[in-house]
Amino acid sequence: MALELPNVGHMVYLSRRSAVRALSEPAVMIPTTVFPLIFFGILAGGVSAAGGIPGFPDASYKDFVFAAPFVQISLLAAVSTATLFANDIEQGFLDRLLLTPASNVAILVGHLMGAAAVVIVQASIFLVVGLIVGVHMESGILGALIIAVLVVLLTVGIGGIGTFVALRTGSPETVLGIFPLTFALLFLSSLTLPRDLIEADWFRLIATVNPISYFIESIRSLIIVGWDAEALARGFLVAVGALAVGLVASVAALRGKVERT
Amino acid sequence: MSRASFTSVLFTVASRRVRLFLGNRAISLPYFAMPLLFLALGGGGLSNLANVPAFDYPSGYTTFFFVYVLLQGSAFAGAAAGAAVASDFETGFVRRLLLAAPHPSSVVAGYILGSVVLALVLMFVLTVVGVAVGVAVEANVLEFAGLYGLALFLTVISALWATGFALRTRITRAQTSASMPIFLVLMLSPAFVTRALLSSWLRVAADYNPYTAILESSRSLISGEPDKIMLAYAIALGLVVAFSLWTLSGLRQALRST
Repeated sequence: MALELPNVGHMVYLSRRSAVRALSEPAVMIPTTVFPLIFFGILAGGVSAAGGIPGFPDASYKDFVFAAPFVQISLLAAVSTATLFANDIEQGFLDRLLLTPASNVAILVGHLMGAAAVVIVQASIFLVVGLIVGVHMESGILGALIIAVLVVLLTVGIGGIGTFVALRTGSPETVLGIFPLTFALLFLSSLTLPRDLIEADWFRLIATVNPISYFIESIRSLIIVGWDAEALARGFLVAVGALAVGLVASVAALRGKVERT
Repeated sequence: MSRASFTSVLFTVASRRVRLFLGNRAISLPYFAMPLLFLALGGGGLSNLANVPAFDYPSGYTTFFFVYVLLQGSAFAGAAAGAAVASDFETGFVRRLLLAAPHPSSVVAGYILGSVVLALVLMFVLTVVGVAVGVAVEANVLEFAGLYGLALFLTVISALWATGFALRTRITRAQTSASMPIFLVLMLSPAFVTRALLSSWLRVAADYNPYTAILESSRSLISGEPDKIMLAYAIALGLVVAFSLWTLSGLRQALRST
């Protein structure tokens, strides 16, 4: 079978549609931007006493927990973009799109770029808010750029997995059902405390096997440590791994759908 | 006849709401999963906070955080009434029901009653899981009923707020905006640590937040050392009255446009 190369023109056009659609939906954009910021503020203010736990890193809790909103937007945007894709399936838009010369890869990448656009905007907002509230970024501007890259990679990866679910079920409601799962990944991680300070053994075990912990720790290292090659390598491994799984699964599911149609 | 028709509509709407909610996993799952995840976060991820000097709660951190999770779960079970009303507006079901029911308020009351039943189911599940993971219930039966009573008051308050919002907007997508203030009010409180350990701005917010009194009283109830219970119930009752007016005015707006 010949490799199906994406037509760049189609991909750009579909990316633009996807981005405009996602960014011009205030009912989605506002809560998914405001909620992570509020959650960050509440954690920074409400759990700041954690800084008093013996062995806590030499950083303010505000800086420590600043990784949280970046992971949240990534997960929220991924679910949101997969839901929009399921809507496209439900309304027959995807079927019509499949009749055009656009390749499967162009359709999928174009669609996922909408989520990427959303998180780039949101991550930029968070970085500005972080500066305003006094978050100290040890790795500087370059570190901020690396955070944006990590967030985009994870968003597209998890968005790809959500798109796979959308293609297999065609139901926006089912896709929304993965929302609690994304929160499970977030909460059952080293989001609020370093893993070695998590007292409950069962929770520490889950946090250790949860890949999102390593993603959070990579972003956190850029904020409170500076340049930690090991933490960054683990974070990129998680993000690129999610990307590979998401793209392969969604491309295969789309190909299956084309064959069934 | 009048009372019979009111209760008939009330129970029909409530039972339909419970049936549809529990029958649709995509809708009901997050309402059960989120509090359980929060409980896991508090009981496992944050339990080391009990070792912070000045953390003062005799029943332990898991119990401390469980009360917050219970109240949050019950509040969001109430907020789900708004999404249900908005969704039923979009399909036209509520419009027809409001025109047909002798007392339109019985329709709204039915949604709220349905939420109370769902909150009870959720609270029971949370309590069972909570006790299994180490929540220390040191309350007697009366104190425990007092805790559940406060949680159900929160369900009704949230349901009234969200239903009033839905009666005005009549769009499902807009209901996230109704949940946001609930989340904020719940979080701007001593959710994770005692009030003395909150940072300055959050401490001020918590001091002025009426929900703080409900949360702290609830925590005192579960540990068997009731404190300021009358104040908590008075605040809850006052909020029910205030949000009933909000919902009834929303109902009048909806009826005018029907």
